[in-house]
Amino acid sequence: MSNTAKAFRFISTDRRVREDRRFVVGKGRFAADVALPDTRHVALVACPHPAARILSIHTSEALAMPGVRYVLGGRELAAATQPLLAGLDTPKVMRRPLAVDVARYAGEWVAAVVADTRAIAEDAAERVQVDYAPLPFVLDGEAAFAPESPAVHADHGSNVLLDRTFTWGEVERDFAQSPHHLSLRVKWGRSSTVPVETFAVLASWDPWREILDVFASVQMPRFPDQVALALKLPGSSVRVHNDVDVGGSYGVKRGIKHAVLVGYLTRRLGFPVRLVEDRLENMRGGDGHGPERNFDVEVAFDERGVIRSMKLRALDNVGAYAGRSPFQLGKPIGAIVGPYRINSVEYRAIAVTSNKTVQEAVRAFGQSPTNYAIERAVEEVARHRGLDRLEVRRRNLISAEEFPYRIPSGTTYDSGDYHAVIDKVLARADYADLIAERDRLRGDGLLAGIGMAACLEPSGANSTFEPLLNPKNETTTYVESCRIHVDVSGAVTTTIHTLSSGQGHETLVASAIGEVLEIDPDRIRVVRPDSLASLPSQSPVGSRMAIMLGGAAFHAAQKLKERLIAIAAHDLKIPAEQAVYHGGDVFDRSRPQIGRSWAEVVTIAHRHFHRLPPATEPGLAFTHVLQVPTGGSLPTADGRVQMYPCFAFEFHLILLAIDPDLGKAEIKRYLVGHDCGTVINPKIVRGMTLGGIAHGIGASLYEEFAYNADGQLLAQSFMDYLLPSAHEIPPVEIVHHVTPSPHTVFGQKGSGESGYLGAPGAIASAVNDALAPLGLVVNSLPIKIAQLGDMIAAARSKATPGERI
Amino acid sequence: MKPAPFKYARPASLDAACAMLAQGDDARLIAGGQTLVPLMAMRLARPKRLIDIGRLAELAFVRREDDAVAIGATTKQCVLEHDPLVRSQVPLLAKAMPFVGHAPIRARGTFGGSLANADPAAEIALVAVTLGATIVYRDGSELIAVSAAEFFTGPMTTVLPPSACLTCARFPVWREARLGVGFHEINARRSDFAFASAAAQIALDEDGTCARLALGIGAITPVPRRLDALGEMLKGKRMEEKRLRAAIAAALADIDPLSDLHASADYRRRAAATLLFRAITDAYQTAQPHARHAS
Amino acid sequence: MRLELSVNGSIHVVEVEPRMSLLDCLRERLLLTGAHAGCEHGVCGACTVLLDGVPVRSCLMFAVQADGCAITTIEGIAPGPGELSLIQDAFCETHAMQCGYCTPAMILTAHALLAGNPAPTRAEIVEAISANICRCTGYAQIIEAVALAADRMRGLNQPAART
Repeated sequence: MSNTAKAFRFISTDRRVREDRRFVVGKGRFAADVALPDTRHVALVACPHPAARILSIHTSEALAMPGVRYVLGGRELAAATQPLLAGLDTPKVMRRPLAVDVARYAGEWVAAVVADTRAIAEDAAERVQVDYAPLPFVLDGEAAFAPESPAVHADHGSNVLLDRTFTWGEVERDFAQSPHHLSLRVKWGRSSTVPVETFAVLASWDPWREILDVFASVQMPRFPDQVALALKLPGSSVRVHNDVDVGGSYGVKRGIKHAVLVGYLTRRLGFPVRLVEDRLENMRGGDGHGPERNFDVEVAFDERGVIRSMKLRALDNVGAYAGRSPFQLGKPIGAIVGPYRINSVEYRAIAVTSNKTVQEAVRAFGQSPTNYAIERAVEEVARHRGLDRLEVRRRNLISAEEFPYRIPSGTTYDSGDYHAVIDKVLARADYADLIAERDRLRGDGLLAGIGMAACLEPSGANSTFEPLLNPKNETTTYVESCRIHVDVSGAVTTTIHTLSSGQGHETLVASAIGEVLEIDPDRIRVVRPDSLASLPSQSPVGSRMAIMLGGAAFHAAQKLKERLIAIAAHDLKIPAEQAVYHGGDVFDRSRPQIGRSWAEVVTIAHRHFHRLPPATEPGLAFTHVLQVPTGGSLPTADGRVQMYPCFAFEFHLILLAIDPDLGKAEIKRYLVGHDCGTVINPKIVRGMTLGGIAHGIGASLYEEFAYNADGQLLAQSFMDYLLPSAHEIPPVEIVHHVTPSPHTVFGQKGSGESGYLGAPGAIASAVNDALAPLGLVVNSLPIKIAQLGDMIAAARSKATPGERI
Repeated sequence: MKPAPFKYARPASLDAACAMLAQGDDARLIAGGQTLVPLMAMRLARPKRLIDIGRLAELAFVRREDDAVAIGATTKQCVLEHDPLVRSQVPLLAKAMPFVGHAPIRARGTFGGSLANADPAAEIALVAVTLGATIVYRDGSELIAVSAAEFFTGPMTTVLPPSACLTCARFPVWREARLGVGFHEINARRSDFAFASAAAQIALDEDGTCARLALGIGAITPVPRRLDALGEMLKGKRMEEKRLRAAIAAALADIDPLSDLHASADYRRRAAATLLFRAITDAYQTAQPHARHAS
Repeated sequence: MRLELSVNGSIHVVEVEPRMSLLDCLRERLLLTGAHAGCEHGVCGACTVLLDGVPVRSCLMFAVQADGCAITTIEGIAPGPGELSLIQDAFCETHAMQCGYCTPAMILTAHALLAGNPAPTRAEIVEAISANICRCTGYAQIIEAVALAADRMRGLNQPAART
């Protein structure tokens, strides 16, 4: 259901985000802020080699130091725990918090020291002597794919975790029948979200209650039960505290190895144990890197640039182990053609291991690199045909009348009006003026270009990529829950069953409930019960919470409202259909002066059983567990399935200038059109889009986890991993459009990944437009200053058109 | 990232600090700590003793000494940024200061600390070398003065012995009436360590010809480099683009630029040429506010 | 070593190892957890406090170096329990944060900026906050908060309009 033209009371109004109040006074409760008596601290011993056999670990010197409590090695931990869950069916690729016998990347944790202070733990960690026998290693993804490369996991036999080809539609026929083809390779460099807060976890085991309390900076589906599984505890023995504030995550704060490590230690040692990654541990050994992908794209198209078919080979270097990260090749299947009307697709998804840091889920779970590849292909088509890039996009974009639109891989896009969004952005930009401005910059001697990208944000989440890529996993349930309770005083309290990292979920859920109950959202108390007291939740991933938490809250509130009406109607001795709910009170439609107030109905519910309708539970507590809309099915034999339910759209338009002598790019103007359906809270959504664009600028121009030939990570600290500051982010104009989703309670779609999905494509587009007069093209990200400078200088000196990187 | 343990002392005078250093027990000086503390946090530096001279008033000064401006080692960078004597008498240093890190770094970082740290990309070091500053340090009771060019011997290395304390640097004051300065650098983000930087201070005669020119490049070679030959080449000439570019190219021909993760040697050489041209042009234009642009 | 720190107007006497950073001392000894560790090598700025009114990176100072100095942390900014300073309120008005981790540092930086510059340009605001990394917001709403706060502070000094 959706409310299309209806004006909302609270939804879409410009309300403050209530969470902000505690943050501006410094009262956020981050994991490192939680203090328990007798807590001891962990520091890690990391392997310096990209691959090595661990011959022995000498701990006596470390243990002799005052204040050192314990040194844990991989073998002891492995004997007491289960390996961490992998997503794919790769039983011989075992991942544990500490390396066992073999270390597989430089920075992998080999031993953990526990001491009275973190400083002492670090002192002792330096005294732990590990003898290594270096092994052959492989770093490059394509090299790792080759059968002769050293296998990171010898028992697995190769570095290939996944190599699956899907063919949706008549690909060969479409290619044969198309007059034009082209192919290109684009590369998405290894970067990540790198939150300012590192992963932190405090675990405390109560042996009498047999409960493991976990305070962690985490954003992960199934975190409590995966901790329990690994520690061989019943699920009801792990209590994750959902009221910890997370200092940014954007996907990567899984922390499962950290939590299992400290969970084991606290049980073993009998006091609370805390691990707060320092930045060096985080960058190298925290397992929070992002996709590192080569895309080989082939498209078949006609003389008008209309693309009929696409072949896409995506090879991702996931690092030395894999949890859920290879699924980042699967999620984009749900939007594999982007916003375009491509008739058939062949998609080959390859995940390989290498001796690099482990990859984790990064914002949009693989969609942003995929969008970049698709947009590069579309632009190459335009170039090939000598057509305007905007026009080629218009010709290929699914049009508003075609929704709901089913793409070849089986997902149906719910709604959209892509052409309208683009028109709005062009109007706001005054597109002719923008072109004139570009030409004026060119006249001034700069290399200037206009960039654009059109792409989708699949939202709502649904883990059908799991059964798609791992048929042994038949997960089709993906839920979020909400509980509402009105107490005897009439106060409303609701619950969220997961941690948040700045998405404003408390504001979201209060707005949704306030909208249904017609009461001021600020009157609604939001609490976060711990995982033992929580209903099922899949955590805020996949741009899902507006849809799922909003939906669950809506339905729970509806149930409450219906009960209030039923109680009042019964007490008024009228049929329920004659009762009118208004602002919390209930009136008799035919005698509006007769009714029951909120307070009266609450009192009846809690205290006057004799006035309740028959077979009515006393009190006012309602829950709703919402299954993802359109979800619940397994894939077909040929790999088609409905993935996410809702699809937001964004169109980026950039004016960029490059100093030709120095290679430095500057974004002169940035506009983005954004349609995420009904916006529940404008301040929150705006923040998401602007933050996502900043993140995309970082991934395009500044950030890279570069390695040297010896397998050492070169960007180990913030001196070398360059996060954009306020200087690097231009002002962004956001143009809104609303095409509500038919699947959601308010018509809302997700927006948590917005901006990041299209910014890299748009920046690449702008750079390439700027370089076009020199005949240069860049097909990799990030685009670095010196690299551009070198390319431009070479082109100017040789004057050779068509040179590519 | 906690440092290895150390003892801490805050001597009340330079004499006391030098006496402590003379004990030779792996002690290091700390003033602002903005470069030393990160090294210690990463355990790349592990002094057993820190001698804090950050509050020594006797080393915090900006004053005229004969025909030079003397700047004390513990003078905070933020003070230099706004000091009127620096602005009028050592304009190139005033020009360069906003490029040094970020404001919170400059709030604690010291002039001497930056020099002693000797990062090849450091702005203060580049200005010191470009202007031919004299750097003074005290070793025991001896005061030793060296030219800035001699002071820096390699990346992160200087002539300072472990027992020495940098006390001040003297910048020669140019007497010419018409002075202009230019400072340019290229980095990934504003305030990052530069891949390449260029500094220029120019004095013009009444007829607009170049009477004197001090030029330097930083972050391109292991230590900042003063380009005397280029300065000589342009002396007595009018600034004219073709001549300027040719002279710059010639001056950089025998430079062996650094190559690293951020930039290739070729990039640095080209960037040096571009930044020098811009620095010199800026210097020329600010030296004569009513002049037309150099053609 | 024993030292005396003046923090938010109160004197605290603490016993610390020389190697304890000012950041860790504030967080662990004084339980002022509003200053945050982001990198511990002076780049991200999440540890920012005001030292004699000037923003500094508390991870780059040893506590012993701050002996006798006047430190202001985020806990010293709100005028009273349940109240917000004008700048804190402006941050709420524009939603100048998401996860809140860099927020105390941003607010302290804004306080210092506006104390010395009541009418900063956008460029001046950008320069001031460029020393603090935010990974959530893309900075625009933070810049707007500072500008809004400046506007309101200047408005407070206007004489009331005569009717």
